[in-house]
Amino acid sequence: MAISTCHATSLPKTCLPSFTTLRLPSKPKNLHLGRPESKRSSISCNVTGQGSTVCNINGRENDFTTLQRPDSVGRFGQFGGKYVPETLLPALTELEKAFHSLANDEDFQKELDGILKDYVGRESPLYFAERLTEHYRRPNGEGPHLYLKREDLNHTGSHKINNAIGQVLLAKRLGKKRIIAETGAGQHGVATATVCARFGLQCVVYMGAQDMERQALNVFRMRLLGAEVRGVHSGTATLKDATSEAIRDWVSNVESTHYILGSVAGPHPYPMMVREFHAIIGKETRRQALEKWGGKPDVLVACVGGGSNAMGLFHEFVGDSDVRLVGVEAAGHGLNSGKHAATLTLGEVGVLHGAMSYLLQDDEGQIIEPHSISAGLDYPGVGPEHSFLKERGRAEYHSATDEEALEAFKRVSRLEGIIPALETSHALAYLEKLCPSLPDKTKVVVSCSGRGDKDVHTAIQHLQV
Amino acid sequence: MAIAFKSPTGPTPTFQLKNNTAAHSFLRFPSQRLAVPVRRFTPMAALSTAPTVGLSETFTRLKNQGKVALIPYITAGDPDLSTTAEALKVLDSCGSDIIELGVPYSDPLADGPVIQAAATRSLARGTNFNAILSMLKEVVPQLSCPIALFTYYNPILKRGVEKFMFTIKDVGVQGLVVPDVPLEETEILRKEAKKYGIELVLLTTPTTPKDRMKAIVEAAEGFVYLVSSVGVTGARASVSNRVQTLLQEIKEATTKPVAVGFGISNPEHVKQVAGWGADGVIVGSAMVKVLAEAKSPEEGLKELETFTKSLKAALD
Repeated sequence: MAISTCHATSLPKTCLPSFTTLRLPSKPKNLHLGRPESKRSSISCNVTGQGSTVCNINGRENDFTTLQRPDSVGRFGQFGGKYVPETLLPALTELEKAFHSLANDEDFQKELDGILKDYVGRESPLYFAERLTEHYRRPNGEGPHLYLKREDLNHTGSHKINNAIGQVLLAKRLGKKRIIAETGAGQHGVATATVCARFGLQCVVYMGAQDMERQALNVFRMRLLGAEVRGVHSGTATLKDATSEAIRDWVSNVESTHYILGSVAGPHPYPMMVREFHAIIGKETRRQALEKWGGKPDVLVACVGGGSNAMGLFHEFVGDSDVRLVGVEAAGHGLNSGKHAATLTLGEVGVLHGAMSYLLQDDEGQIIEPHSISAGLDYPGVGPEHSFLKERGRAEYHSATDEEALEAFKRVSRLEGIIPALETSHALAYLEKLCPSLPDKTKVVVSCSGRGDKDVHTAIQHLQV
Repeated sequence: MAIAFKSPTGPTPTFQLKNNTAAHSFLRFPSQRLAVPVRRFTPMAALSTAPTVGLSETFTRLKNQGKVALIPYITAGDPDLSTTAEALKVLDSCGSDIIELGVPYSDPLADGPVIQAAATRSLARGTNFNAILSMLKEVVPQLSCPIALFTYYNPILKRGVEKFMFTIKDVGVQGLVVPDVPLEETEILRKEAKKYGIELVLLTTPTTPKDRMKAIVEAAEGFVYLVSSVGVTGARASVSNRVQTLLQEIKEATTKPVAVGFGISNPEHVKQVAGWGADGVIVGSAMVKVLAEAKSPEEGLKELETFTKSLKAALD
């Protein structure tokens, strides 16, 4: 790539829309809480050699308060981009345009806010997990305070509905009558099937044949909601192949169809758009933290497959350097077992499903089959912004094994009366390692991204209760 | 059937490059990276038997003869690499003007079921890129038509874009098609391809707006690949009439040759597209299917010959 220079004279953040406003939608440009909005900055980016980008913002490489993410060509540093067949390019451009124009559309904001409140049931509580906190209290009585951001209480049982609602409204504005989606655990599929039922749109969900088996309950739910679930048998018959098949469907039906991609992955503008639709998680958290303890969270913890719930929680706080961001990946049978989905921990930079990001690949650049007990984390790629946050050292990424996740699944069920999704259980499992090192009264917010009813069938095979 | 080609192993005492341009570029590698291709690949001497003609040159020659190029596609390593080697020779001897050789990939987004399945079979048999290179090194000198590789981006990235270009040029490949890299992401590929004399073919489709198409044809090398339909690769009942209009629009924008592909599967399609003014026709899935459905590789090669001749006849 040739050397290119971009120069931004206005604050880049303001060009990003704020769909999930907690304030009046008439002032969408002032909604980024706690940011030095008045500061002007200049950014120069040099794209060099193998596509690595060096950005310099007033000489501060890591000033996340002003760094535009993504940049004007859909990149987060070297990550992101639009690596898809030419056929889709016009649709991506159209989508980006529509997304930006709706950011300032009051009717759209009002409709979205109304649905999030009355249909999804937002806001979701920030719940003080008293007995879990007790569990991590040290003999001297000190320990962190644990809070759960209860996305599991959303309609359909996970955070996925935030994005599905946003995108279906967008699809309606684009005049698309047919919706497609990929799903791993089935949570995004159920969310998409739900919003399609609600808005009377045709819905086709692609799901790996192996996932259909381990998430049979969600397959039935999608069908009950009127969606067609198409089993994908190619490749490893999991989320990666379901995503490839959804992209192929979109390539073939792009003129009539909108693809509701379910994570902060895929080609630009998806990583940005999905993040923005989930950003309400972090925005609510900031306000709720202020109400509950008059401050900010100290540590945010979320599981990362593609990374949508983590990005939704993190995004609001990326500019707050005093807030620690912790993502937890699936280590499957263990990081050294060769059977895991720890993309950021062990992957290498490459291109999959439209974006440059970390991914699990072999020496030939072929994608490696990942493994996780949790279908939602069983993905060989990760959202490009997570790769960026890792590379810049802004967020840290760890992992939890299948076994550790199952233990957390059981522990939180018994201590809090909350059965978390197996995906969420990975974030909860990491508390075992995290909590002993945290100072007294550290405020930890864990994204409780989904409920675990769907995983009972899997857990029965592993847990003695 | 066993795979007949193995990667050359062991160090090669002397290393001579075929032309000076490549030599100069090669020397620009940092020293650590230099070591790998030197050791892995044997000298170019064997390659120089057949004069290598580029893609655009091929089109120019055909145009002067008033002919339309036949461009078959097959997937490397399906059913195995020795059959692929024979298939390349068969395709060449039956009048193919350029051959597109697909490099199998685990996640071929732009491909329909036939080529997906071929890639899966090929990878399951253990086909890897070095084995494909070794095969090409031996076969390309025996061919009269140029080879264009069709490969997804990640394997190129993994190898390193510059090293990839050098390596494929080294075995005599002339052109490259990367279906998951649209115009805005092509800069690195174009730069490195140019450096090593690889013609980077770009695709335009029925959904591509006119202004964008103009930018694509401007940047395309070798030929402009017009995707005939909205969708992935694979046979279709008929070729969309839109192709005729699209061809006219592209012809108004450029003098570069235009080849039409995706969904073209029989002599009637080939004739129709040639009649609409295409400079070349690309037949992929139908070719792959002939090899895949044959009872044996030998039978597959025989049927491939018959099929290719029938397509060639439609262009005469």
